[in-house]
Amino acid sequence: MYTQSFSVSDQDDAKSAGLKAVPKETSAAEQALQAQFDARIDADGRIEPRDWMPEAYRKTLVRQISQHAHSEIVGMLPEGNWISRAPSLKRKAILIAKVQDEGGHGLYLYSAAETLGTSRDQMLDALHSGKAKYSSIFNYPTLNWADVGVIGWLVDGAAIMNQIPLCRCSYGPYARAMVRVCKEESFHQRQGYEALLVMMQGNQAQKDMVQDAVNRWWWKCLAMFGPPDADSPNSAQGMRWGIKRISNDDLRQKFVDATVPQAQVLGVTLPDPDLKWNEARGHYDYGQIDWDEFWSTVNGNGPCNRERLGARVKAWNDGAWVREAALAHSRKQQQRQMKEAA
Amino acid sequence: MSTTALKEWPLWEVFVRSKQGLEHKHCGSLHASDAQHALQMARDVYTRRQEGVSIWVVQSSAIAASEPNDKNEFFEPASDKVYRHPTFYEIPEEVGHM
Repeated sequence: MYTQSFSVSDQDDAKSAGLKAVPKETSAAEQALQAQFDARIDADGRIEPRDWMPEAYRKTLVRQISQHAHSEIVGMLPEGNWISRAPSLKRKAILIAKVQDEGGHGLYLYSAAETLGTSRDQMLDALHSGKAKYSSIFNYPTLNWADVGVIGWLVDGAAIMNQIPLCRCSYGPYARAMVRVCKEESFHQRQGYEALLVMMQGNQAQKDMVQDAVNRWWWKCLAMFGPPDADSPNSAQGMRWGIKRISNDDLRQKFVDATVPQAQVLGVTLPDPDLKWNEARGHYDYGQIDWDEFWSTVNGNGPCNRERLGARVKAWNDGAWVREAALAHSRKQQQRQMKEAA
Repeated sequence: MSTTALKEWPLWEVFVRSKQGLEHKHCGSLHASDAQHALQMARDVYTRRQEGVSIWVVQSSAIAASEPNDKNEFFEPASDKVYRHPTFYEIPEEVGHM
């Protein structure tokens, strides 16, 4: 599950946000390396961990991949909320598997980021101190069981749109992690949609729950694709580097076009009076997204920001003795082996 | 030997054999306290859908790798030895497949 393709600066690297296409004055050797790098990007080649890369490329990737990883990890919380209250054993098993996948996705991504020279502890510190961002979609509450279905259908649906182009990202380890993630993501979307189909065959109260959940999540999902292209100054650089392949607005349009017929089959209304087919464009038109609300949530003032971060910090602190015990155990085993060998 | 206590679990590289008869292939890395732990974690992280029948783990610090900067010098000597490839040799058509 992911995350907006927005590139939000983490709190203390706002200074480096003004990335330029042209690097500052450099030595001849560095210019040659830069030229080599550019040529490889232009040829749609891949960059691997030990290859030379511009510092800004490395920084952007560390930020994007770690934000992506944090999103997967924090994304376990809203759904985890429903594991103990799933309506049947079957749904509970499915939900546990899905939440476990999200944890796994976080781990693939953390290790991809580590290949760039950042450590796991550094990334977790940045998350726990509130310095690093994660997808703001997870700062909204899951109020009824239909929310779990809607997260699968819409949030993961939006995530898939975002993640498929990332499988062709110029940075090898990130692209490979995304291939793995995308393979698993399809199950997430389908299980959510199917859970909603079942609810829509139920009584009026159950149908109302689905519609209520769709109403609350729809606009948040559209915002997941990030600010309009005109307001995404870093997008062009991301495109130049082959990190980003499709613009925010294009991805959002793809998502809307794909989702409208799915909503019709499901029998729900998408809460947008401006949503209608535009024959001339060959796409659905949709209404204005509330960007003030989006930025307010990104900046820490969404309904669950504090709760989510608090839950992660508590889990990390409560697990400290386990991490230490595992290391102590491993040291003891080593000593025992050395003694036996002696 | 270092006396400073390790704070982070060490990093391991994970190789998975997807089915009997195929080689182990690198699929990613993870942190674990020791080899047994790394195997267990690798099973959970990389084989949740029967992607593997066998797993190798090796501490990342134990891997020696060629330098990307030496790439040309290191790999180039092979590039002018085209006679090592079967397509270098022209065989009359009537010989058929060889």
